[in-house]
Order: sequence, then structure tokens, then C-alpha cells
Amino acid sequence: MNTPTLPDNAAIAVFVLCFLATIVLGSTVRLWRPLLTRRKAATHHTEGEEWGLGGREFGAWVTWFLVGGDFYTAYTVIAVPALVYSTGGFGFFALPYTIIVYPFIFAVMPRLWTIARDGGHATAADIVRARFGSRTLEMAVALSGLIAVLPYIALQLIGIRTVIEALGFTGMLPLLIAFISLAAYTWLGGLHAPALTAFIKDVMIYIAVLAAVIIVPIHLGGYGSMFHAAAQHLPDAPGGHILAQGQIVPYATLALSSAFAAFLYPHTLTGILAAKSADTIRQNAVFLPVYTIVLGLIALLGLMAHAAGIVTTSSSQVVPQLFLAIFPSWFAGFCFAAIAVGALVPASVMAIGAANLIMHNILPSRAESVSGSRIAGFAVKVGALGCVVFLNAKFAIDLQLLGGVIILQTFPALIMGLLPLRLPARALIAGWIIGSVSGLALCWMDGLKPVHPISFAGFSASVSTGLLALGINITATLTLAAIMRLAMGAAPSTLRTQEGARR
Amino acid sequence: MKKAIFLLLPFAGLLWVPLYNLHDPVLFGFPFFYWYQLAWVPVTSVLIWAAWKSERQS
Repeated sequence: MNTPTLPDNAAIAVFVLCFLATIVLGSTVRLWRPLLTRRKAATHHTEGEEWGLGGREFGAWVTWFLVGGDFYTAYTVIAVPALVYSTGGFGFFALPYTIIVYPFIFAVMPRLWTIARDGGHATAADIVRARFGSRTLEMAVALSGLIAVLPYIALQLIGIRTVIEALGFTGMLPLLIAFISLAAYTWLGGLHAPALTAFIKDVMIYIAVLAAVIIVPIHLGGYGSMFHAAAQHLPDAPGGHILAQGQIVPYATLALSSAFAAFLYPHTLTGILAAKSADTIRQNAVFLPVYTIVLGLIALLGLMAHAAGIVTTSSSQVVPQLFLAIFPSWFAGFCFAAIAVGALVPASVMAIGAANLIMHNILPSRAESVSGSRIAGFAVKVGALGCVVFLNAKFAIDLQLLGGVIILQTFPALIMGLLPLRLPARALIAGWIIGSVSGLALCWMDGLKPVHPISFAGFSASVSTGLLALGINITATLTLAAIMRLAMGAAPSTLRTQEGARR
Repeated sequence: MKKAIFLLLPFAGLLWVPLYNLHDPVLFGFPFFYWYQLAWVPVTSVLIWAAWKSERQS
């Protein structure tokens, strides 16, 4: 390992300035937002709905920034290039994943939004309770969301810590700074803080990434020689292929399972449900892919790091080290601030989404106070901090993988619940338990790998564990539903669906 | 059902990996594997837009 480049005071000064300015802007959003919108504070929304869903009135632009801002997290900026750095083309599965997710959003989310608006729902668990009339299923969905999002927030804190460490700080200080800034920002601003600072994050990330994808190839003599130089450091795939034979099925199934899971998370769903209309979501499905282009360029940073001669054993330092190596230090400081702000925005939406789950679904009586939501959001962040402090970073990434497996098990209740199928709640609950337990067991047996080897009728490949568990879940749910129908005839109590939830 | 075809095309084009798991042809220095997938981004946008239009008509 060569000695990492150390930044000077210029980098630190620019970082502190940009990061602080964003936090102050986001935290004081209550004071200056009325100046922008020239609108009196909405009176028909409760304060809780205002804090937790931004009053359900975000138009196309704000939704674009908010959903883009919390879907493409700082962890993406660090982890995707890190994966590309260590595995080459395989790390690119993030690209097909973030493309096919949009036709899925277009087909599914406007309907979900309409149901949520009509019923006044703020979370996935709200929707499920209204659709199936089952408190147990509501708890299952809410707990899945909470467990899945905690390690995700932890990874954002790790993202902020990574860049502060790259600035030369050590010990507990970087993590403490990360936590306090996140807490203040969310406590004061609610969902309006990330919605209105998401554009700052995006502009900063765009500037950093565009600078990198223009400057680095110039240094290295064009993209052709960049790809060529990077290939020298990566395992070779024979026969003019990019992926080895055994990577093909994992590549496709990981892309598919990630795309299905992406918008089941509380934070991404919060962004969708806060939209003003179903058409706002359709419009966003058309324009959100712009972010995917940027993601593709960010992924290339992993190859550029090889070409630029970055050698590091800690893969999360690949991007910070690349920025320090190729940019003047003040601009590296700016890029680090972009990453830190890029962690703050999604982490804040995640904490709000999780707080919504706790207040609406997990606590026994429906509590509607905004201070309660704030405390719940704070508790979630303390939980995430605990994940970072008591578990090491490697384990946080594994937990996030488990979170993906867990959140996928809410797919039948939330998405298949939209189909005109009459699935009894008890079958869904049983499917959820079977899917979650088998998914976690497979992950555990495989030593926390995202794929599980299967062989079936002479065909053997590694398949995404989350997708496998989802298949088990759906099979179990449908089988049980069929058995229940046969056994009970058409007993109205099991097949009843809530009126009004179906259109 | 035109709308369903528009929305399913990106899945077909991107999940059938052997279709594009190739180094050649290279475009602007990008191996086929990379530019093919990047090219699906604008194509998907247009397809979703087309699905939206056909949904409005019907």
C-alpha cells in the first residue's frame, strides 16, 4: 500500500464551508421557505404530515431531486466504484438495476400513490393494513422496513466518516461530526430539509463527477487507454467477454432483485408518496434515468482509480484517494463535501421514513405529534450510530445485504396486493415468515454472500439470495392462499378485502 | 398491449446478459459492454414516455 495523499488546509476549509452551509440552509428551511413559495403555510395538513411527508405537495422538480437524492446515496458514490475497483465489470450491475427500476416505478407507483392519497396513508405498512385489514401484516411490513433501513443509515454515516477521515482526521471525531450534523438537520427541517437541499447535493455531485470524467481521461490519454490500463489490474475474462461465465446469472439476478427492492424501502417510498399527483410520479419515471447516466460515470471512477495507479486495500477509500490524487486540494475538499452532503440528504429521508413507520405502525396507538416523530427519528439515528460503533464497517455492509433480503419479503403484500388477486392476510403473513427465515438462513449459510448457488435440471448457477427467498415467499403465499380457499370455501372473513382500498 | 411491451423491453435488453457481454465493438474507447448499457438509459426514458402517451390515448 502506498502512502495515501494527505490534503492540506485548503481542502479542509472548502469542505467545512460547503458542508456547514448546506446544514444551516436545511435546518432553517422553516424560516426561508415561505419567502420562496409565497404561500401561507398549509392549514389542511397536520404538522406531522408536514414534517413527515412535506404536506404531500411536492411537484415534478422537487420530487425529481428528492427521489434522486435519496435513491442515489453517498454510499453509492463510494461503494459502486469500490465494487468496480475490486471486481471490474461485475460492479456495473448497478447500471441495469437503476434502469429497469423505472419501468417498474411507472407501472406500480402511481397506483400505490393513489391508494395512499385516498386513504391518507404515509407508509407501506399503512397501505397494507388498509388493504388486508390485518394488524399483524402491518407490523410485519413495518418491522421489515425498520430493520432494513437501519444499516442503510449506518452506511451513510460511514460515508460521511470516510471523507472526514480522508481529510486527515482520526478517532471518533469524524463519526461524531457525521451524527450531530445529521441529527440537527433532520430534527429542525423535517422532509423539507432534504427536499430543498437535495438540489445542492446534486449540483455538487454533478460538478465533482463531471470534472472527474473529463479530467482523468485527459490525464490518462483518453477513455480507450483508460479502459486498457484498468484491464491490466483486473481479472481477465476470456474470449473477448467482460464478465466471466459464472458471473452472468449473478449479474442479472442481482440487478433484478435490487430493482424490485429499491422502492420498497421506507425512504424511497416516502419520496414517492410525498409527490403531488400520480402524474408527477409518471413524469419522474421518464426523467429520473438522467441520474443513472451519472451513476454509470461514477461507476467508471472505479476503473479510473486503477488507471490512475491508486492502490488501496480499503476499497471505500478508492474514490477519496482518486479525488486527492487528481484534483487540486481545494477541489478535492469540495468533492468530499459533495459526498458528505450526498449522505446527509438520503440519511435524513431514511430517518424520517423510519420515524413514520414507528409513529404510524409500530407504536400501539396512532400518535400524530411532530415532536414524537422527531424523537422517533432521533432514536432511529441513535440506532444507526450504534450499528456503526458496535459493528465494524464490513459488518454494516453485510447487514445492508440482509436488509435487502428482508425488505424484498414485503413485495407480495405491498405490490402483489395491487393485483386483482384475493390473497388472504394469513397466507401473506406465512409467506413473509417463510421467505424471511429462508432468505436469512441462506445468507447465513453462504457466509453473508449476496448470491446462493442452486442447480436445477442440469442447470446450475448462483442466483441472488433475495430473489430466491422472494420466490419461496411467493410460492408459499400462493399455495397457502389456494389451500385456504379450497378448505374454507368462500368464507367471507378470510377473503374480505377492505372497501375503498380497491379501485 | 403496446404499453406492456414498451415497459418490458428494458428488462429483456438488460437482463439477457450474454447479449452484451462483449468487448467489441468499441465506441469512443468504451467497450461494448459499457456503452450498450449506458445507451439503454435514454432508450428507457423514451420507452416510458411512449408508454405514458399510449396510456393517455386509451
